[in-house]
Amino acid sequence: MAKSRWFSKPAGRNGTTVSNMPEGLWVKCPRCAEIHFAKDIERNLRICTKCDYHYRLHANERIALTVDDGSFNKIDDHVVSRDPLGFPGYPDKLARAMSSTGLTDAVVCGEATIDGRRCIVSAADFDFLGGSMGSAVGERLVRSMELSVEKRLPFVLFTANGGGARMFEGLLSLMQMAKTSAGLARMERAAVPYIVVLTDPTMAGVYASYASLGDIILAEPGALIGFAGRRVGNQDMGMKLPDDFQSSEFQFRCGMIDQIVHRRDIRNTLSTLLMLFAEEDANAQASA
Amino acid sequence: MLKPLLDFEKPIAELDSLIEELKRSAANDERRREAEHDNVDIESEIARVEERREQIMREVFANLTPWNRVQMARHPMRPYTLDYIQAICTNFIELHGDRINADDPAIVGGFCQLNGRTVMAIGHQKGRDLKERQHRNFGSARPAGFRKALRLMQLAARFRKPIITFIDTPAAEANLMAEEEGISRAIAYNIQQMFHLPVPVIVAVIGEGGSGGALGIAVGDRVIMMEHAIYSVIPPESCAAILSEFGRDRGRASEAAAALKLTAQHARQFHIADCIVPEPLGGAHRDAAAAARALGDVISAQLLELESIPTAALLDERYRRYRAIGSWEEIEHAAVALPLPSSHVEGPLS
Repeated sequence: MAKSRWFSKPAGRNGTTVSNMPEGLWVKCPRCAEIHFAKDIERNLRICTKCDYHYRLHANERIALTVDDGSFNKIDDHVVSRDPLGFPGYPDKLARAMSSTGLTDAVVCGEATIDGRRCIVSAADFDFLGGSMGSAVGERLVRSMELSVEKRLPFVLFTANGGGARMFEGLLSLMQMAKTSAGLARMERAAVPYIVVLTDPTMAGVYASYASLGDIILAEPGALIGFAGRRVGNQDMGMKLPDDFQSSEFQFRCGMIDQIVHRRDIRNTLSTLLMLFAEEDANAQASA
Repeated sequence: MLKPLLDFEKPIAELDSLIEELKRSAANDERRREAEHDNVDIESEIARVEERREQIMREVFANLTPWNRVQMARHPMRPYTLDYIQAICTNFIELHGDRINADDPAIVGGFCQLNGRTVMAIGHQKGRDLKERQHRNFGSARPAGFRKALRLMQLAARFRKPIITFIDTPAAEANLMAEEEGISRAIAYNIQQMFHLPVPVIVAVIGEGGSGGALGIAVGDRVIMMEHAIYSVIPPESCAAILSEFGRDRGRASEAAAALKLTAQHARQFHIADCIVPEPLGGAHRDAAAAARALGDVISAQLLELESIPTAALLDERYRRYRAIGSWEEIEHAAVALPLPSSHVEGPLS
């Protein structure tokens, strides 16, 4: 190669274009379109090295990034949804989601430590039917909440539920909004801390129930967070929407979020919060 | 007056106008004489047509499809929340405002008396004519509406007055303003706080039970549904627009309505509704007074039952009721292999 070309950007990096990229080796950033070596993104907590875009994480990746190595003890992943409505295509969709994600439903729950502090952790997986909430998700979350109350351990929950309530389970899904909120009413009464981290995407029935009820609500930057998707809602009727409509930054501006936290700082922020809550708890016990 | 009609109501309306015509003839001496001359007995003719009308109504309303039930629940002549409150209760004093910055006309509420004792009645309110429909935002509540509802519920709870909510909304408002004002949080917070209300709460789904917008005032100890009411996680039109099973075509909403199992009868099967109040033949709008009487009787009976339950047991029972909802099973742990990231080792808590 001529020396004069050393500093100019090759047209297709290493002669690679998006269409002929080997599967899994390269990734293209959905926001800035930069093409990255997949390993670089892995090493950077799956954040774009150019524009800071936070790629979606699988539930297991999220948990691995958050909790102390080897501390996670999974619970209730044997609770699975049925097909109560006989909804066209649902059993197939459910089976395909299970085999493609290796999960049994859209949330993974367990007991773990973060910086040595015990807590209950739950993470959602968008790749499992859009992270939608059906009966299994509701049941698992309520069991986690009940365990939090019973053991008096804080509950740390990561959302990634773009699907909201899972329509394939109809009214039963809608009622999971009430079921999870019932669990949180008990946590509220018992004064057990509940910390929510909103990640991309969090919508509809999930955002309008347990995702909005955190004692503390954090969010990753740039996540899609809102009530009704454009296909469902009527936002487009004559109203000019702000560019960042239904983003973390939009919701923060509206007063719905305590802090937007960069992925690399989330573990530290959670650790500090757990410490601050624990300190309060210790004082309360000392004065009792 | 021209009354709005559903397709399957048209044959009934035709017979109605025929009966009217016959009755007019009966009252007109000249036409009466003409009929007698033709050997036609108008009275027996009226009776014959009325019998046929009755028979057709029974047939039509015994064979409603799920989509027909959606149409019935949205029928523009259907009694709305304020109609029921006026019919069932006395001394209704409407209370307005969320004490933050607004009053949402899509949700109404206030103290009133039911069988001589004070209760708090709250519900979604739709409008009858175009102007009122817009004023009520078609029964789609904004955050201010949910906040007003919660304020009234907590007010009632403080004075130990039972709460009755009437559900009739297509969905919560979802525009930019609603999003800015925190519609999701408003709904979520209402749902959560309703589990703390230390008084009986009775929910009556009178028309459309539209997803989160309905649930935001619909957590209770008893859930009653009118016969032609619906309760759904998503409007059938939106469901059809989203799913490839329905070709992403809003026009196939009737298929989505069938798949969603959103009728009162289904809600009863899923143990989400405790009972169904039968409506007058042809729907509540054909005899609003009778429909209100039927609903009022059921509410009164449920209230009597609930009031004998001590508060702690009431709240416990409310929690258990919603805690139990769902359709799930426990499978063998080994049924699905769960790969974990390499950095991750599963182990018991040290």
